[in-house]
Parts: sequence; structure tokens; C-alpha cells
Amino acid sequence: MTRSRFQNGLDELKEKLLRMGGLAEQAIDQAIEAYRTRDAKYCQKVLINENDINQAEREIDELALDLLAMQQPMAIDLRFIIAVVKINADLERVGDQAVNIGQRVLDLISEPEVQLPVDIPRMGASVTAMVQRSLESFLDGKAEVAEAVLQMDNVVDRMKDEAFVVLVQKMIAEPQTTRAALNVLLIARNLERIADHATNIAEDVIFWVRGADVRHGGAHFRA
Amino acid sequence: MGVGIEVRGLNAYYGKHLALKSIDMTVPANHVTAVIGPSGCGKSTFVRCLNRMHETIPEASAEGDVKVGGISVYGEGTDPVEVRRRIGMVFQKPNPFPTMSIYDNVAAGLRLNGFRNRRQMDELVERSLKLSALWDEVKDTLHKKSGASLSGGQQQRLCIARSLAVEPEVLLMDEPASALDPISTSKIEELIFQLKQHYTVVIVTHNMQQAARVAELTGFFLMGSLIEYDKTEKIFTAPADKRTEDYITGRFG
Amino acid sequence: MHKPPESPQTLSIWRRLTNHTATGFAMVAAVLVIVPLLAIFVDLVMKGASSFNLAFLTQTPKPPGEVGGGMANAIVGTGLILVVASVLGLPLGIGCGIYLAEYGRGRSGDLIRFTADVLNGIPSIVIGMAVYGLIVLRQKHFSAFSGGVALGIMMIPTIARATEEMLLMVPNVVREAALGLGIPKWRTALSITLRTASAGVITGCMLAFARVAGETAPLLFTAFGNQFWNLKLNQPTAALALQVYTYGLSPYDDWHKQAWTGALILIVMIVGAVAAVRIVTSRGKLKGAS
Repeated sequence: MTRSRFQNGLDELKEKLLRMGGLAEQAIDQAIEAYRTRDAKYCQKVLINENDINQAEREIDELALDLLAMQQPMAIDLRFIIAVVKINADLERVGDQAVNIGQRVLDLISEPEVQLPVDIPRMGASVTAMVQRSLESFLDGKAEVAEAVLQMDNVVDRMKDEAFVVLVQKMIAEPQTTRAALNVLLIARNLERIADHATNIAEDVIFWVRGADVRHGGAHFRA
Repeated sequence: MGVGIEVRGLNAYYGKHLALKSIDMTVPANHVTAVIGPSGCGKSTFVRCLNRMHETIPEASAEGDVKVGGISVYGEGTDPVEVRRRIGMVFQKPNPFPTMSIYDNVAAGLRLNGFRNRRQMDELVERSLKLSALWDEVKDTLHKKSGASLSGGQQQRLCIARSLAVEPEVLLMDEPASALDPISTSKIEELIFQLKQHYTVVIVTHNMQQAARVAELTGFFLMGSLIEYDKTEKIFTAPADKRTEDYITGRFG
Repeated sequence: MHKPPESPQTLSIWRRLTNHTATGFAMVAAVLVIVPLLAIFVDLVMKGASSFNLAFLTQTPKPPGEVGGGMANAIVGTGLILVVASVLGLPLGIGCGIYLAEYGRGRSGDLIRFTADVLNGIPSIVIGMAVYGLIVLRQKHFSAFSGGVALGIMMIPTIARATEEMLLMVPNVVREAALGLGIPKWRTALSITLRTASAGVITGCMLAFARVAGETAPLLFTAFGNQFWNLKLNQPTAALALQVYTYGLSPYDDWHKQAWTGALILIVMIVGAVAAVRIVTSRGKLKGAS
């Protein structure tokens, strides 16, 4: 098959990105686990993971740049590389958000435990599922799977809005829980941001596969 | 000013072999249109049908409707020589007339069509050489140096000037830069970009990046058929036909 | 390979020896080619210089037996006959060559090519006799015109074939460039293709010219020869080659000497004509033109 060097480059790019995706998923898991177990060692793990994620981001950007410069990709190959570069950025942000969650958890741990009516692990599971499915759609190049992820974002948004209402009520009713409540609110916000990044990844996959720009709510095919 | 080209149902033959199958294509005026495709797909044949050069090959023929500026090129009583005067052609390998000076090369089309006025000829030669970005390099040796003594890139620009001197409306270019080095190539490409203000340009190229750089519209030919014809950006970022995509991503051809 | 490998030095010496031998052989061959030409020329000069004087160039032959006189009329006559021959042979020959190269790739072209080759092979005396029958008998007199026709006919095949060869050597892209400019095919053939091939075509014409300039047999029954001045085309005319032939076969010593001189003059005229054409055409060449 022609252009085997180019094809190898594309395959390597995909592999690297999926591995980075795995690291990002791991980071979210570790952050949620830290919250659930109130164990600082998971926060530590998240921080170590972050280094790997940043390293991966650098490598992927470099490889993508080389392929663009050297191989003059066109059409679907070009869209693929652009999508990879964008997904790369989103995954790195996911890593950052996980680190933020870790920091909030460290603060929660430093105070006695407070019971709050927000199910962070459940929200975390939804978000993890979104990230997983978006990466799955990238692995298989399936736009329909990506579209499903776009739908899931509504669920997570609602969870965050509910958490906001409930936590504000709690803070007004029991002012001594404010510190903890704020931490949890911030964690919820971080999770919601991760869900947004998963949505971005899904949109990039659709762009790659279909050549349609579905960002910001519309489907925009080239005129 | 340039004119548009309308092609309807163009068939071209080499003897009995059908090389172009019912081509429909509209080339807009004052645009650069690229024709791409693998070897043997018919892109050169297509372009040579536009100015009736195709039939100069023994046993070759073409039928169909080709309208340039509204006038039918293959119509009853249309003189092919007249057609070729209105449609200029630049070839793959630069082919200045070897025994003629630079001036004579550019003026050849004029002289051999009966043009006599010396002063007007001087003006036209200068204008053509300026249009093809060669004037400054040769203005002092117009009559002394032969066309063949120039470098490859200069020779090709000389051929372009020669074609422009007879004031065509359309300029056809068959892989004009494929025999040139990168710097000459980019000069020619820059030239094509400038030329479209005055002329309609159709360029055949096997270099996709070149088509992407110079053309506003691109047509993809495969085995004698026009597979896809659209804006260049669309063809190269999101082509509609899988065959187009396979070709431009280098999966075949 | 069963031979033991030779050392690099041995191979190199062997190779150099072979190279030098081949080069030497080529040089010797080249010299051997020039030798006959030089020999003829030297011989002519030696034998013809004695009778070479102003009288030779200005006077007509004296009656047989008398010493003196010249071949002035023959020199002019040769020129006259060659002009007629060229007027006939050049346009027809070149035109035929153009037809064969540009239009005659099929059956008709093959026929004409065959005819030209046959014509080329016909003995010159036969051509002379044919022209005698066609023109001289009809007109009932010998003439420079018929002599010119005979020589012209002989020029045609050489010029036609040379022109065709040279035109075919012009790359097709040159023709295409001209056609693409909207120049009609006939004009392309004349003004572009022929012009590009002009150097070779002129050489072909020169070859034909030089060849017929020295022909004697065709003139025997056409121009016939003349002891006196003649500048009219429809009268028998003297020609150098004829005169040389006549004088050479005569019993007179003086005429023998004059024959040598005549031959020398003939060669000088031919070489001069060829050189003149070469000089004129090379002056028109441009810097960098092939």
C-alpha cells in the first residue's frame, strides 16, 4: 500500500492519543476515588499521572506537526490530524481538572467529614462514561457513538445545577458547612467541565469522520 | 477580459478508443480551474479538446458541445485555427521556437497572422513580457538572444508571453511547471494568480498541492470521466466522492 | 570466470592501450578521408595553374589547333544552367520534402518517397536523354533551359529526402506550439518547422547543387555546348563540365591543359558557392541558438 510511512505516522498518532485518553480516564477515577475514600494517596497518584499526561501532550503535538509538514495530508487525513491536535488539548485540560478535584479533596480531608446531599461518585461515573464513550468513538471512527455523547452532556449539566441549588440551601441553613460545601460545589463544577471536554472530543470526532462542523449546536457542512 | 467555458456531453476518441466519456463542466470566467487525476485519466485530452488541438493527432476526434464565451467551438463552419487564436496554450515542456530571438518568439503569433505595424508589435511584445514577469530580465537582449538560450523557468514564461501576445480570452496550461525547479514553479504559480484578472485559466496538473495553491475550482478526472468538480477547498478537505478522496490522500494513483 | 583476477594496474594499462589504439585508428581514418580531396585539389592546381590566366576567364575558345583562348562562356554558361536547375529543383525539392514530412505519412507519401528514390538512382545520362526526348526534340534545338531542367530533375530527390529528414527531426512540440497559437498548418510548416530545420535543409540543397554542378552526361544532349557566347536560355550553351570533357578527349595538347584549368575552376566555383552560403547563413545566427 502506498504511503506506508505516512500510514504508520497516522497509526502512531492514534495509539498515542488513545493511551493519553487512558491516562485521563485514570486521573478522573483516581480523583473520585480520593473523594470517596478520603485517602490522600489517591491525590498523590493524580499528580504523578499529570506529568505523564503533559508529556503525552507534547509528544502528540510534535508528531502531528511533523506529519502536517512532511506528508501534505489531504481531506480525511488532514481532518484526522487536526482532530487529534484538538482532542489532545481537551484531554490535557481533563487532566488539569482532575488535579483540581484532587486539591479540593485534600482540603476536604483536612477538615472533619461533613454529610452533603450530593452524590459526587455518581456524577463522576456519568462523566467517566462520557469520556470513555468519546474515546471509543475516536477509536472506532464512529460518528453515531460520538453523537450519543453529545446527548449525555445534558444529564451532567442537570446534575451540576441540582448540586448548586442543594448546596446553596445547605450553606444558608448550616453556615458551618460552607467550607466543605464550597469544595464539593467546585468539584461538581470540575466534573461538569470534564463533561464539556468529552463533548468537544465527540464533536472533533464527528468533524473528522463526516467533515461536518457540529460545534456550538449546529451542523455545518462545507458549502 | 476572460470568458467562461461551457462543456456539454464532450466525447473524445483516439481512433476507436473512447478516451473522454460525456464530460459536462462549466468553467467560470476569470477564475483558475485545475484539472487533476492519475496518469491516463484524460485530463490532458480534455484540455486539448477545448482548443481543438486534440484533433491534430492522427486518428483523433472529438464530439460534443464546447462553448467558449457563448460561441460553439465545434460548431458547423467554425475554423479550428480561429479557435486556437482565441484560446492560448502552454505546454508541459517549454517549447520556444529554437531559431528565433526572444522578440521574434513573442511576436511569432502576431506576425504569422498578418500583423504588420512595427510600433504596435513592439508594444504588444513588451506588454506580454511584462504580463509574464519576464520583461525586466530580457529587455536588453530581446533581439540578440535566442529563445532557447534562457533557463527553463524563463523559457516557460517566454512561452506564456508568446501565448498572451495574440490576446486570447482563455489560457490553457498543460502541467506548466512540472519540468521546472521549485523557485521557477512558484514564480509561474504567482503568475497564474495574477493572470486570472485578465484571462480564464484552465490548468492541468498532477501535483495536487499545486492545484490547491493556485486554483479556485478543481475537477477530478478518472478513466475518462469527470468524477467530482467543486471548489478547491472542498475537494481537498472534504471531497464528496470516495474515489476523489482515495486519489488525493495518495491511497492510489 | 576462470582467469585469476588481474591487478588493477594491469587492467588500467590494458584499458589505456586499447583507448589510444582506437583513438589513433579514428584519427588515421579521418586523415585518409581528407587525403583524396587534397590530392585531387593539389593535382588540379598543379596541372591547371599553367593555363590559368586572365584570358582564360574572359575569352571564348579559339578554333581547334590554335593556342590560347579561354572558357569564359563555359563559366557563365554553367552559372546560367545552374540557375535554371535551382529555380526548378529547389522549390520542387523543398516543397516535396515538406509534403512528405508534414502531410505524407500514409500510402501516398510512401509512393512519392519510392518514386524519389527511384529517380535518384536513374543514371544521369538517361535523364539527359529523357529531357532530350521531352524538350529538345519538341523545341527542335538544344538549350540552356533543357540543360537546366535535366539538372534540376536530378536535384529534386536529394533535396526532397534531405528536407524530409531534417523536418522530421524538428520536435513535434515546436509544431504544437505554433498550432496552439492559431497558426494554420501550412504556415506552421513553412515559417516555423522549415525555419527550424533550415540549417539542415540548406546543407541538403548544397549537396544536391554540388552534385549536379559537375554533371556532364545530362548536358550532352540538352545544353550541348557552344563555342561562343550565349546568354539566351533557348540556345545551346557551353558548360564547364562539358567543355572539360570535350577538351580532355581532344587531340590537342593546349586543350588538355585548358581542361585541367577548367576542372580547377569548376571545383573553385562549387566550393566558393558552398562557402558563401555557409557564411551568409551563419551571420544570421543568434547567441545561443543551436
